[in-house]
Amino acid sequence: MLDKNGIAKRIAQEVKDGYYVNLGIGIPTLVANYVRSDIELEFQSENGVLGMGPFPFEGDEDPDIINAGKQTITTLPGASFFDSATSFSMIRGQHVDLTILGAMEVAENGDIANWKIPGRMVKGMGGAMDLVASAENIIVAMMHTNKRGESKLLKRCSLPLTGVGCVKRIATNLAFLEVTDHGFKLLERAPGVSVEEIINATEGTLLVEGTIPEMNI
Amino acid sequence: MIHKKVASVSEALNGLSDGMTLMLGGFGLCGIPENCISQMVQLGVKDITCISNNAGVDDFGLGLLLHQHQIKKMISSYVGENDEFERQMLSGELEVDLIPQGTLAERCKAAQSGIPAFYTPAGYGTEVGEGKESREFNGKMHLLEHAFKADFAFVKAWKGDSAGNLIFKGTARNFNACMAGAARITVAEVEELVPVGSLNPDHIHVPGIFVQRIFQGKKYEKRIEQRTVRPRN
Repeated sequence: MLDKNGIAKRIAQEVKDGYYVNLGIGIPTLVANYVRSDIELEFQSENGVLGMGPFPFEGDEDPDIINAGKQTITTLPGASFFDSATSFSMIRGQHVDLTILGAMEVAENGDIANWKIPGRMVKGMGGAMDLVASAENIIVAMMHTNKRGESKLLKRCSLPLTGVGCVKRIATNLAFLEVTDHGFKLLERAPGVSVEEIINATEGTLLVEGTIPEMNI
Repeated sequence: MIHKKVASVSEALNGLSDGMTLMLGGFGLCGIPENCISQMVQLGVKDITCISNNAGVDDFGLGLLLHQHQIKKMISSYVGENDEFERQMLSGELEVDLIPQGTLAERCKAAQSGIPAFYTPAGYGTEVGEGKESREFNGKMHLLEHAFKADFAFVKAWKGDSAGNLIFKGTARNFNACMAGAARITVAEVEELVPVGSLNPDHIHVPGIFVQRIFQGKKYEKRIEQRTVRPRN
């Protein structure tokens, strides 16, 4: 079974040379720590920066340079700043190659819910609805089950949707899966996790074809 | 050159009254119009509608106006990190319209550009799309979204001149550049008001035509919401 860093490590393998990548808050942010050093890529943050670097050294933090999580950041050589409308032109116009975000629920048809729990605190969707509506390549990073042990990979989402039919791949603490026309297709098992465990933790239709390899991370 | 400089924040907010709709730039606490917000707290204007990506924190930014119950409605994309906001929203004291961030930016941009409405895929098939006109383009469904209408836009820039030209620093550009010129009156507060002619025209982010009033702000706190650092070595 993977921890949050393990999930990030697995997703980092999907980041290809030349990609512009938008990382959501939470596990997706960790992906930046595990991308191979021999490939060229740029991280976009929707508040208006392309070419985001690591956190600043203590004392170097600048209140005018933050990411979408409101964290102080640095920029790398080649970086640029821009306004919010331009930022979403990059996203809506499909100039961003890969979007990695967290989710509360994903349905077997690729629907995603991650912005609202009715009756409890509603923080808002931020840029998530724009991202999932336009991105061609969306990977969800999340735990396979919630705190009550219930599956987050469902036949249908129970929470208000963020987007419809948009999720392509999912990396969880148990598995790496692809969304297909017929349901979740199991691609890889997390280290030490059996196919049975994944079947038991998945409420939605799970397609298991042949021998499922263990992740190589 | 047309002079936009006003002597003070109180002159800049002349004409502001109860019940108005305002745009406020900033992302989180980054690039917020601190002087205009402080002045609104002093003036005590009530029942205002705020178009702003976020709602500040409990004791800074728009949180100061929420604390005084001056805001009737918030139009935002993300409003976490604010306990008083949550309390007022759950008790029904505060109306909240949550909309996708890119749609928020483009509705400002459309107002700035004289585009009455536009189509975007964001929110289609979700509760954001309920009651909205939708249409298919290139095999994909889109929602019709309308330009905002606002009385004032309060934006904050790094440098500006008396002609109203603005230059931003870092990610503090965010919604400020989209809101300038998107309301009936745009007020720009800047950290440094420089003499006309000292800004390179090639470096201007917002041309002065989009700004009606400009002043040099005071005592910028520029609070950091999430201080994240790595140790040296």
